[in-house]
Amino acid sequence: MSLTTVLQLYVFVLAGFVGYQVISRVPPLLHTPLMSAANALTGISLVGSLVAAGSNHGTLSNVLGFIAVICATVNVVGGFLITDRMLKMFKRDDRKSK
Amino acid sequence: MTGSLPTRELIIQATYLVSSVFFIVGLRGLSSPEKARTGMGYAAVGMLLAIAGTLIHAEIVSYTWVFGGLLIGSVIGIVIGRPLFISVPMTAMPQWVALSHAAGAVAATLVGVNEYMILSSAGTLPAGTMAALGFEVLLGALTVTGSVMAFGKLQEILPGRPVTWPLQNVMNLALLAGALGLVAGLMLHPEHAIYFWVMLAIAASLGVLMVLPIGGADMPVVISLLNAYAGLSASAMGFALDNNLLIIVGALGGASGLLLSILMCKAMNRSFTNVIFGAFGSPVAAAAGKLADGREMRALTPEDAAVRLAYARLVVVVPGYGLAVAQAQHALRELTDLLEKRGVEVKYAIHPVAGRMPGHMNVLLAEANVPYDQLFDMEEVNGEFPRTDVALVIGANDVVNPAARTDPASPIYGMPILDVDKARSVMVLKRGKGAGFAGIENELFFDPKTFMLFGDAKASISRLVTEVKAL
Repeated sequence: MSLTTVLQLYVFVLAGFVGYQVISRVPPLLHTPLMSAANALTGISLVGSLVAAGSNHGTLSNVLGFIAVICATVNVVGGFLITDRMLKMFKRDDRKSK
Repeated sequence: MTGSLPTRELIIQATYLVSSVFFIVGLRGLSSPEKARTGMGYAAVGMLLAIAGTLIHAEIVSYTWVFGGLLIGSVIGIVIGRPLFISVPMTAMPQWVALSHAAGAVAATLVGVNEYMILSSAGTLPAGTMAALGFEVLLGALTVTGSVMAFGKLQEILPGRPVTWPLQNVMNLALLAGALGLVAGLMLHPEHAIYFWVMLAIAASLGVLMVLPIGGADMPVVISLLNAYAGLSASAMGFALDNNLLIIVGALGGASGLLLSILMCKAMNRSFTNVIFGAFGSPVAAAAGKLADGREMRALTPEDAAVRLAYARLVVVVPGYGLAVAQAQHALRELTDLLEKRGVEVKYAIHPVAGRMPGHMNVLLAEANVPYDQLFDMEEVNGEFPRTDVALVIGANDVVNPAARTDPASPIYGMPILDVDKARSVMVLKRGKGAGFAGIENELFFDPKTFMLFGDAKASISRLVTEVKAL
């Protein structure tokens, strides 16, 4: 196992741990937006798709990358918009604060 | 990792680092409803930085496909995400999230396939990279078909009840072992492309086979689990492409999905394996409207029901999936507004697994402008039931079934429930006399202090609104 792989494992484990810590603070009230947010986040595969779509490895590779970019972008854009739409709906009781 | 990086690579890495921080800060915002929207704004900035950083990648030589894809994807994403174009009702949210999972996972899978084809034909595929690609494609393909299946079940294109057959679990485990074996084989002989394609096919069929036996009530667990798989697939992609940002954000998504599935399982007092392999929710034959000892449900007229509600001091509303199906959340808001005007205190009791996704009821009620400080979690509200005059159960069943506390033979025994049976009286709005989704008869409905109001939830609630107004 190379040093790079070891470092990557460090990053993976620590990121997972940070994620677990941050996400366990999310109240059940916001679990659906959280799920939708996490969904938008997994659209990060866009990063890999972009490179595949633009690299110089033949047309097949570019076409696969192109489809991947479309799908990942749908995931990202749709995910963020839906999350925002949900979060917009959560309101406090205005009548009490008046 | 030796020597200094070229300037371009340094800029990319710096952008990725800042991007990762934005993602974490963004998720942190979700810990409170006031900060959540700003938080998601940060996460969106993180995503933009990630894209911008990637666009200056040295390997990208032509931008035609890149920008074409981004443009088309954005348009489709906006059409799906904006209510202006296609109005996706809040009840349909779980299946849209499932579909969105599928889209992201298609991307991960295709990138993995592409990378494999390039590297294996060049003959430079180290075992470590091959393992990462294997996991990426395995998890990716499984997520794609699994999510599409989940979408089909939730959209009721496919039967929502569990589909089971003998030796199902043995078969699934064997397939999984086979796929992992093929990944191992590929690590030794990456040139054997046939291994790769068979592995891909097995992974895709596993996604279908995994979701088939899982019933509607367990869907929240499945959807979060698919979320975790999609995240882990992105992480694996990061390992394969030496990209830390992918590893980090994938891990965040994976952690979120895993945590949510664990929370859902806990809320049902069932183990992870039990949800995945248990085929819960199998139909149980039960005589409708009658218990073994001959007790029957007692129906109530809307007029009587309205009086009971209007002259109560505290009404606790217990919403379930039936409320979502009937799209009755707006009517319900109208009813509770009327009651509050008459001085009735109204609270909403939310069970963690009510509905078809984590937090489903919260979004549904938020859509109807119910302020979130009226929504209470199970632990917060359970102590209130003894002083509750009317517990209004709408389209919920298993989450209020006292058998979970009292009957060790019941399939839901041990699941924490809302203690509705401790309220002074219970009013249940229910479509018909049949058993709930899980096919379990509910003793609560036969309790002497329970009154039933049969019919479509929306029609019943609208009727109650009219009756309360007339008082």
